[in-house]
Parts: sequence; structure tokens; C-alpha cells
Amino acid sequence: MLKQSKSMLLLLVCLIALAGCGKSNENSSASETDINSAQPSASASESEPPSSEAAASPKGQVEITFYYPVNVGGPLTKVIDGMAKTFMEKHPEIKVNPVYTGNYGDNTVKIQAGVQAKQPPDVAVMMSTELYSMLDTNAIVPLDDFIAKDPDINMMDFYPAFVEDTQSEGKTYSIPFQRSTIILYYNKEMFKAAGIDPEKPPATWDELVQDAKLLNKDGHNGLEIPGNDDSYWMLQMFARQNASDPKQNLMSSDGKKATFNTPENIEALQFWLDLSHKYKAMPEGVIDWATVPTDFIQGKTAMMVHTSGNLTNVRNNAKFDFGTAFPPARKQFGSPTGGGNLYIFKDTSAEKQAAAWEFVKYMTAPEQAALFSSSSGYVGVRKSAYDTEAMKKYTADFPQALVARDQLQYAFRELSTHNHGKVSTAITNQVQAALAGQIDAAGALKKAQEEADQALAPFNK
Amino acid sequence: MNAIWSEKLKRNGFGWGLVLPSLLFLGMFTYYPMLKSVWLSLYEKNLATPEPLFVGFGNYAGLLKDHVFMKVFNNNIVFALGTVPASIVLAFVMALFADKALKGRALVRIAFFYPNMIPMIAVANIWLFLYTPHFGLFARFASWISEQPVNLLGTPDTVMGALIVMTIWKEAGYFMIFYLAGMQQISKDLYEAAAVNGVGAMAAIRRITIPLTMPTTLFVAVIAITNSFKLVDHLWIMTKGGPNNASNLLLYYIYDTTFNYYDQGMAAAMTVVMIALLLIVSSMQFFGWDRKIHYE
Repeated sequence: MLKQSKSMLLLLVCLIALAGCGKSNENSSASETDINSAQPSASASESEPPSSEAAASPKGQVEITFYYPVNVGGPLTKVIDGMAKTFMEKHPEIKVNPVYTGNYGDNTVKIQAGVQAKQPPDVAVMMSTELYSMLDTNAIVPLDDFIAKDPDINMMDFYPAFVEDTQSEGKTYSIPFQRSTIILYYNKEMFKAAGIDPEKPPATWDELVQDAKLLNKDGHNGLEIPGNDDSYWMLQMFARQNASDPKQNLMSSDGKKATFNTPENIEALQFWLDLSHKYKAMPEGVIDWATVPTDFIQGKTAMMVHTSGNLTNVRNNAKFDFGTAFPPARKQFGSPTGGGNLYIFKDTSAEKQAAAWEFVKYMTAPEQAALFSSSSGYVGVRKSAYDTEAMKKYTADFPQALVARDQLQYAFRELSTHNHGKVSTAITNQVQAALAGQIDAAGALKKAQEEADQALAPFNK
Repeated sequence: MNAIWSEKLKRNGFGWGLVLPSLLFLGMFTYYPMLKSVWLSLYEKNLATPEPLFVGFGNYAGLLKDHVFMKVFNNNIVFALGTVPASIVLAFVMALFADKALKGRALVRIAFFYPNMIPMIAVANIWLFLYTPHFGLFARFASWISEQPVNLLGTPDTVMGALIVMTIWKEAGYFMIFYLAGMQQISKDLYEAAAVNGVGAMAAIRRITIPLTMPTTLFVAVIAITNSFKLVDHLWIMTKGGPNNASNLLLYYIYDTTFNYYDQGMAAAMTVVMIALLLIVSSMQFFGWDRKIHYE
């Protein structure tokens, strides 16, 4: 009997120890907040765990959490954290906790996990293409009320190409923040060596082929266009350039229909394939997204078509004179926009949403847009950003950056639909299969269309 | 009745007490999520149906019709066939060498084991560079053989091979450690007796070393097979499963289905299939096979 009670005792001890584990954590976090409230000066500069929310806002301060991804090289986290800091200096009644969440993919996963657990961030930067997924999971709030009540925001000042993908069925759901377009980068020294005028980059598909053939020598490629990751982005560019309708896109504006399989789109994809298979101006197969800028910087390719988000990277690392231009036109110029917008989330208090709106407004104001653009290479999201001193100086030193802005008149919405993951994967996979020579252009787009229709069927009931 | 129970408790209570803490954590973080996955796999839950809808075995039937799932499953079998036997054989040979090498024994062991000390993400980045067209060592080697530039990771025919070679390099050193331990268990008398009787070195390996390390082989095979289903970190860095799913593996597809397609019902069904598969593989060790190969 004694033995039995001994073992019962052991059991009890184990349970207490376990409970103690849980308790001691609570205790330690509680004591942390005690320290924080005792020394407010120290706590202000340090990020606190969300659990200490109540203790950290002694004088009615509103605390909001801000998730943001960084998808390009460079110390951008510092820039964004710095912007949040100056915001708090101007608005002492609001405390922002900026949380760096990795790249766009990781960022979306973290936000979705938060949404599922009913603990979303208050405000976040997310891909513009996530709009319909966010609406279908009922995660975000429309911003029309904020915009209507707030005269400072001045939506007309934002570039229409960037505003296009913040809207669906008459409502605005986000504000443009870190945005890009596709541009053509070219190596001026290689142009000279090949006897091409370095101030006259190719402006049409025919000139592109001609120049790329001339440049494809001396151990470097004429041209590289990435084909993995989101290859639909590049296809969108070719498709718009080849479209007779100046408003043609790969999907309907309500995100319920995809239009991949059209004769013009097949021609567009065929041209992409011909660049390597027929004209031999580009390596065959699927070219990796990340190695293309490296190849360009190392002089392994004379031209590349890539995101304007790489401007700073190329500027800092290329040891030669380079130029930028609009990607060449067939029937018209064209490039989809890309990048992320600022969204405000549901499931929080009206107070927090109002604070989040203040923050969104601040982050996209002309001075901040200018600062962010000049330190990242992203395009300034609003017209007045280019009138600021900082931006004037930046573009005077680095006129290549203006190409991305000037192109905005030809820019349009990135592929964004309901069930976006499946639809974009369908087209991306088929483009890859075509690039790898497994299927022809017509077959690829037909298959992608079938898969997309299937993925979108539940939304067209 | 009561007496029996108290007798049982007396005998086992202490043991249960010791096991309890880890059992609690296993329950919370392993068994509960597994059961929850089984439950979720019976429901349709995706972007079009945010409220779970009971569909019975509908998701499993859907899997059979999902050609990407079939392809990914097939890929995983190819990946297992490519990595498991080769890395086991290589591990065995390396262990023989590391066991016998007289000079620089420690150095040899470290050299063989070190790929395993590097995290998979770092390995993937190193090999990504080795495979980069124009620059990479292997890319150059491949283009020297085929006399044209080769994009090993960008071509559906070569991408799987490229990943298999990398995984063998990474895994073999790990399995070598098990073989090394196994070989040191074998009594030296056996080899001496064999040498006295004029048995050659090769015959000794075939007749003594291989049979007596069979339990190790079984253990390593189980680990290797389950690893070939679990190791997917490199896909994030190197291919994202592309081109056109040519290098996509089951676990990566499950991740994609959950976090990219938000199709939680289907993802749960695939998870259940995968758990069942891994359970079957690891039960090989615990039932039957294990006893048949011991030479005691």
C-alpha cells in the first residue's frame, strides 16, 4: 500500500511539474510587463510580446501589429522599421509593432494562419493578387468609408495602374505600397561591341529578335527571360503586347473568369518559345528567376527582362554601364504591375482599424513613398512622390529608375482571381512545360484553361 | 477486482508516471493533430466552401482523379528508389573504409559525415550553385558531356536526377555512422578465423560483414525510406516542385495545397495517406522482418 501511494505521489508531482511549467511562463511574462510599466522609457524602444498589450498602453495608447515581407535584396527592414518609428513620433497615441515575416509566400502563410486562429495582424503588406483569397476567407475590410471620410488620402494622386488591383466590384480593399513593373535591362557596353547604338534599345519584337541574335556571342546570351516561379507574369506581358484590344488581360476584372486560351495569347507564348527554339537568342528550358539578374550582372547575358524591383541590385553590383527600357511592343507596349499593397484586417476593434488607417495613410504619403522608392528600387506609388526633393535627387542620379514610372501608362493588373493559387499554378505549370519543350503553345494554354475553369467553377455558380 | 487493480497500479504506476509527461506532449502535438487530420479529411473545406461540408470519402476519391497527386506520388517513389539503395550501398562502402583506414581515421569519418551536419537549406543553396548553368561545376560537367549548355534544374528530364544525386550525398554520411557502429559490434575473432582459413577479404565482407550488419541495414532502410518522403526542404530553394511538377514531392504538394490553394480538406486527405504509408514502412522494423535477419 505504501508503494502504491508512492507512485501516486510521483504522478502528482509530475502533474504539478507540468502545471508549473505553464505557470512559470505566465509568471515570467507578467514580471516582464511589470518591468516594462515601471520603466516606460526602456520599453518604448523594445518590441514587446503581444500578451503585454494591456500593460503597455497606460495612457489610452492604441497598439497595432504590422506584418510586412521583403522580397528583394538590401536592408529594407531597416527602412520600414524606421518609417514606423517616425510614424510613432508623429502619432504618440498609436504604437506600431512592425513584424518582418520573410518573403511574400511566408508572409501570406503567417497572415492566413493568423486569420484562421482569429488573431490576424491589424495591418499588413500583402501581394495584390491575394485580394480574392482574402475576400473568400472574409479576412479584410473595405476601405471606402475611410477614403470617403478622409480628405488627406487623395486617391487621384495614386497611379491608376496601381489602384486597378486594389479594387473589386466597385470597392477598394487596399492601398498601393511596394509596387513594380517589368522592364528591359541592357548592357550598353555589349551593345557597342555588337555595333548597336547603346541609346537605342529594341522597341519592337522584331528589333528584340534582331538585337538578341547580334548580341548572342562571345560566351554570353543575347537575352534572358525567367520562366519559373510566377511565369504567368511574363506571359501576361507578352499577351498584352500582342493584344489588339488595349484592355485585354488574362482574367475578368471580377476575378471569376480566366481567358488563357485565345489565338493572340497562343501567338504570344509562341514568340516566347521562339526566342530560344527558333531564334536561338536565349538559353532553352526554364530559366531560373533568381539567376537571371546574377547572369546579367556577371555579363552572361546582354539583356534581361525582369522586375523593376531589381534596379537597386543591378545598380549596386553591375560593373558596366547599363540602360533600361520598356519591354518591346508588338501591337502595343505593356507590362503587368506586381508587388504588395497595404490591407487592413477584420476581427479587431474599430479603434485599431482607425489607427491602422492612419498608419496606412502615413506609409503611402508622398515623402514616405519617395523615401521607400529611392531606398528600394520599387516604383513610387503616387505622382506627387516624384515632386519631392528626395525623389528629384534620386532620379537625377539614376534616370534608369524613371523608366518603370513612365511605363505605368501601359501597365495593368497582375493575374488575380478567386482560387488564385490553383489558377496561377495551372498557367505557370503549362508555361513551364511549354518552355521545357514538353507541349506546344496551343496545347499548353488549352490545358491551363481547362484547369483554371475547373478551379473557378464553384465561383460561377 | 479491486485487489487486481491496485496490484496492477502498484506494478505499473511508477512506469506510467515516468511516461506521462512525454505522453502528454505526444498526445497534444502528434496524436491529436493526426486525429484532427483524419476528421478534416472527411470534409470539404476550401476557398469556395469556407464552412466545412461533410463529404465522407469524397476527398480520397478526388485524390485518385487528381493527376498532380498521382504524378507527385509517382515522383516520390522514383525519388525513394533513386536515393535509398544508392545511399545505403555508398554508406556501407564508406563505413568499410572508415572502419579500416589506419591513418587519418578521424579525418575520414568527419569528411564522410560532414554533409549531414549542414542544414538541408544550406545544402540546397550550395547545390543550386553547382547546378547553375554556365557557372556551376556540375552544369559545366553536364554541358561538356552533352556538348551544349544544360540547365539541369530547368529541364523535366534531369531535375529529378539532380536532386537524387544531392540527396545521396547528404544522406550517405548519416547512414555510414550506423554501419560503422554495426561493424564495430562484429567480433574480430570471426575475421581472424576467416583469415587463418585462407578466406579472402572480399569473401569475408560477403560472408561476415554483410550478414552481420543486416539489422543495421533494415534500420537504415526504414529511416531512408521515411526520409525520402519527409525531406522536402530543398524544393523550396531549388525548384519549387517545377518545372511543371517534375520535381514535386508529396509533402511539398501537401504544403502547397494547404497554404497556396487553401484546400484544407484535400490536404488533410493527402496527409492521412502519407501517415498511413509511413506507418506501414516503419512497422516493417517492428513486426516480422526484424526477427528474421538476426544471426544470434
